[in-house]
Amino acid sequence: MKFRTFGRHLKESFKSIFRNGWMTFASLSAVTVTLVLVGVFLVLIMNINAVATSIEEDVSIKVLIDTTATEEQQKDLGEAIRNIPEVDTVEYSSKENELDSLIQSFGEEGSIFKLYEQDNPLNDAYIVEAKNPQDTSKVAETIKKLDYVQDVNYGQAQVDKLFKIIEYGRNFGAILIAGLFLTAIFLISNTIRITIVARKQEIEIMRLVGATNWFIRWPLLLEGLWLGILGSIIPITFIFITYKNIYDYLQPRLEGSFIEILDFNPFAFQICGLLLLLGCVIGVWGSMMSVRRFLKV
Amino acid sequence: MIIMKDVYKKYPNGVVAVNGIDVEIDQGEFVYVVGPSGAGKSTFIKMMYREEKPTKGTIIVNGVDLTKLKDRKVPLFRRSLGVVFQDFKLLPKLTVFENVAFALEVIEESPKTIKKKVMEVLDLVHLKHKARMFPSELSGGEQQRVSIARSIVNNPRLVIADEPTGNLDPETSKDIMDIFERINASGTTIVMATHNREIVDTIKHRVIAIENGIIVRDEQRGEYGYEI
Repeated sequence: MKFRTFGRHLKESFKSIFRNGWMTFASLSAVTVTLVLVGVFLVLIMNINAVATSIEEDVSIKVLIDTTATEEQQKDLGEAIRNIPEVDTVEYSSKENELDSLIQSFGEEGSIFKLYEQDNPLNDAYIVEAKNPQDTSKVAETIKKLDYVQDVNYGQAQVDKLFKIIEYGRNFGAILIAGLFLTAIFLISNTIRITIVARKQEIEIMRLVGATNWFIRWPLLLEGLWLGILGSIIPITFIFITYKNIYDYLQPRLEGSFIEILDFNPFAFQICGLLLLLGCVIGVWGSMMSVRRFLKV
Repeated sequence: MIIMKDVYKKYPNGVVAVNGIDVEIDQGEFVYVVGPSGAGKSTFIKMMYREEKPTKGTIIVNGVDLTKLKDRKVPLFRRSLGVVFQDFKLLPKLTVFENVAFALEVIEESPKTIKKKVMEVLDLVHLKHKARMFPSELSGGEQQRVSIARSIVNNPRLVIADEPTGNLDPETSKDIMDIFERINASGTTIVMATHNREIVDTIKHRVIAIENGIIVRDEQRGEYGYEI
């Protein structure tokens, strides 16, 4: 293809965007609406996923060691726990350590626990994490049966329930996104098809005077690309501003809690890039699909 | 030059449109194709510019064997001929000039050449002064002249016309025939399907009559031969 011809295709693609005013508007609205939806749900689901992951990672088992155990026996217990195949990490935490973290977790009010520094009533402990968070309860049960274990702490019921909710949430989100994406492609290829049916005669004449299929395709393909890019402007702006506001509002309030939302930078930029890419893919793919049946020789 | 050998065309719905045609048309000839509606004229014509493929037989047009021509080579082949239709097939949103230039843009001619050639053919069909108008502002005869200009703008060796005077009054039809005569005089082959008895009988040329998918008559300087 000559450079001049590419220039012609570019010009044609711009011209037909303006010429097909209402159709352009219809396609643009379809792209915009679906990309806003896809964007919102992507943000929601990826944040839920991030929260879920951080909760999952935080799930650990606290093994309280019997106060009568000697140092030797404590070490033996640690070894026994390490030997459980599902166990990932085992950390020793002395009772002084435990008290410190207790004091810290209560913030300013924690200072009242300082009274206990002289006569610490807490147990030495092992902090155990399973390789797979779902195995937590199984590992806890196994540890419970070992010698010198006074108690095992991991919030059984809550953890199991949480995992269930997280799993449902993820599956639901994935299905939702897939559904939205298909709807988007359907909507857009439909709108583009209508614009192409309107140009059936033009395509017929082009073929008659000896235009190659690619000569016919290029302007339409570029038009689809412009529609995709134009259609992603509003969703990108919307997501960008909304996420910025939500992030600025929530982030200080969530400080210190176990819930964390994804950082504005780079997450918002990634989502916006993704939306732009999706817009282009949908636009180009839609026009390729619709022009295909007019190019059968 | 057109050569058809033992050509059959059966459509997927079972209709046999062409049922064994052998014909040769030499370079520079002017040929009328006549026959009742549904006789197979259109299929016969369409196979010449490879809009339809024969089910059986060989077709050679401008030295290209159309039965062996690959789909992606069809555009290249089409550039060696021009086609004119009853309904003109002009693009309403383009000016007269742009409509004709379209055929040259497609083959990636330079803007300078396009301008020169388009003005030349518009002059030939006496429409140079209307180059900036839109098809809707022209009469039927003028629109047909634009479509003829488009078909000859890249100097084809063959022009195929399917009922070019079908929508025009007798006076205008004569103007159109005048133009075809001049194109033919420069050595271009013309194949024209027509129902216009007056034209066939007054401007004498070779007549090929098709009925039920076969050639029933092929005469040099023939007559229309059907009662209307």
